[in-house]
Amino acid sequence: MGEKVFLQGNVALAESAIRAGCKYFFGYPITPSSEVPEYYARKAQEEGLVFVQGETEVACFNMIAGTAATGKRVMTATAGPGFSLGQEAMSYMAAAGLPAVVVEVMRPGPADGEILASQGDYFQAVKGGGHGDYNTLVLAPCSVQEMCELIQDCFELAEKYRNPVILLSDALLAKMRENVELPGRKEQNCDLSWALTGCAGRKHNVMTTCGDGAAQWEKYNLDLQEKFAKIKANEERWENYQTEDADIILVAYGSMARVAMGAMKLAREAGLKVGLVRPISLWPFPVKAFEGLGDKTFLVTELSAGQMVEDVKLTVPHKENVHFYGRLGGFVPSPKEIFEQIKKLGVK
Amino acid sequence: MKTIYKRPEVFTDVNTSYCGGCGHGIVNKLIAELIDEMELREKGILVWPIGCSVYADKYYKMDAICALHGRAPALATGIKRSLPDKFVMVYQGDGDMVSEGMAEIMHAAVRAENFSVIFINNAIYGMTGGQMAPTTLLGQVTSTSPYGRAVASSGYPVNMAEIMANMPGVCYSERVTVNTPQRITATKKALKKAFELQFENKGLSFVEVLSPCPTGWGKKPIDAMKMVDEQLIPIYPLGAFKSPEEVPAK
Repeated sequence: MGEKVFLQGNVALAESAIRAGCKYFFGYPITPSSEVPEYYARKAQEEGLVFVQGETEVACFNMIAGTAATGKRVMTATAGPGFSLGQEAMSYMAAAGLPAVVVEVMRPGPADGEILASQGDYFQAVKGGGHGDYNTLVLAPCSVQEMCELIQDCFELAEKYRNPVILLSDALLAKMRENVELPGRKEQNCDLSWALTGCAGRKHNVMTTCGDGAAQWEKYNLDLQEKFAKIKANEERWENYQTEDADIILVAYGSMARVAMGAMKLAREAGLKVGLVRPISLWPFPVKAFEGLGDKTFLVTELSAGQMVEDVKLTVPHKENVHFYGRLGGFVPSPKEIFEQIKKLGVK
Repeated sequence: MKTIYKRPEVFTDVNTSYCGGCGHGIVNKLIAELIDEMELREKGILVWPIGCSVYADKYYKMDAICALHGRAPALATGIKRSLPDKFVMVYQGDGDMVSEGMAEIMHAAVRAENFSVIFINNAIYGMTGGQMAPTTLLGQVTSTSPYGRAVASSGYPVNMAEIMANMPGVCYSERVTVNTPQRITATKKALKKAFELQFENKGLSFVEVLSPCPTGWGKKPIDAMKMVDEQLIPIYPLGAFKSPEEVPAK
């Protein structure tokens, strides 16, 4: 760990990515993610970075695919509408096994929408927003500090599985300033024998996502599925708070987890046994976090019309015990607002 | 005995998927010959498109990647920025480049990317079965212009080599064709020039090749060769529209 500083989420994330050895950044300005490309542009000379402002997110996502194909650490950062434009390349990178990192700062959609906080892109990030059967790892921090640490993990996970990884941020985390202890410098340490570098002294490497008949393409897909199963088995991340004795368990990630934490404290002060499950990996969804919690009542809170709640219902044995409260348009509920919802559920 | 002709070393033993009389196979062979002659095999990455040449990554013993439809210049940007000392060739057809990927090629030119782009213009979509392309000639019958391409509904053919010549980030733009032995030799010369320019830091080098498509055009190979002369060249004139001598290094 390095020095303690007071930084905006986007800036702290960009600095941590540079410290993770990500020297290549291709991006297109879009609120609320623009401080990330701005930081890379500003630091390019001093740090020896390659920064390119692409013409569209369509192009930027293909540019990161290109650099990832050469084995270098590379990243883009975008928000809702830009993330939608990148989906074609997300599907491509997952199919081609390209280890790029994508920062998606959620803002309220659909369409242009607003530029405030939202979690409405959960489905798109977690279920695979592009075409075909694929998955991308998705990590969701709930603080600027955690964002700094997870963005460094993103590069290692991308290389470990040769798969794109999404850091799922939101407008609140991106724009918020907090005290952080910046992580140290990391070195890339992985097998790069697959990369495109010119085939001097080795057999040539070819990357294609174009199938060659049903038999070949089914095999290709089954190999991908095998990789996704391995990720599912190994990479679940979560934190549980006071779940053991709880009657009601809140489930929230990202910014919303901060609010849920406040609501949990209000409830405990009022004598209600309330706990919190905070998923950190959204794909794979942390199924293990719910082990032993089968009989509890759940209140899933999101800045959406109800997206992660579907995964909670798929995970717990009694989906009738899963309740939902969400806000839309950029509103972030207060802990008190969530506390009122908890009270409505009553205690068994 | 002296060897005067042999199969290019860089080629694999894979059969191509090209139809008889198609220009792709000729251009693919010229590229292979140049890779051998210029010793680029171990120094380069080939970027292939979606289109009739989609399987071309299998034809060369060379590092290669097949891009998404239209996105090859963006993908190649990521590769060349990472490996500026390597040879990077982008190969695209007219549907891929001029329709799906017009933004990507234009902005690769805007940024003056130091790679070579080979553009195969056969005025039709070959792989998907003979539909209209932006390069389809006025009046030309295709499966999506069954009464002939009309300006009222589909506008005009696009002259890429001329457009690229107007871009300050392009250091060389020439249109060639492969319908006679003499023109095949000229095409090889143009490709060689484009490849050499990659290492002069002058920006993007562009070669458009008018390519006969007997299957898509519904013609015998010999008649397709004639159609290049009679119908394509009047709209798409041959020649260099920008010479690298006019362009200083960046």
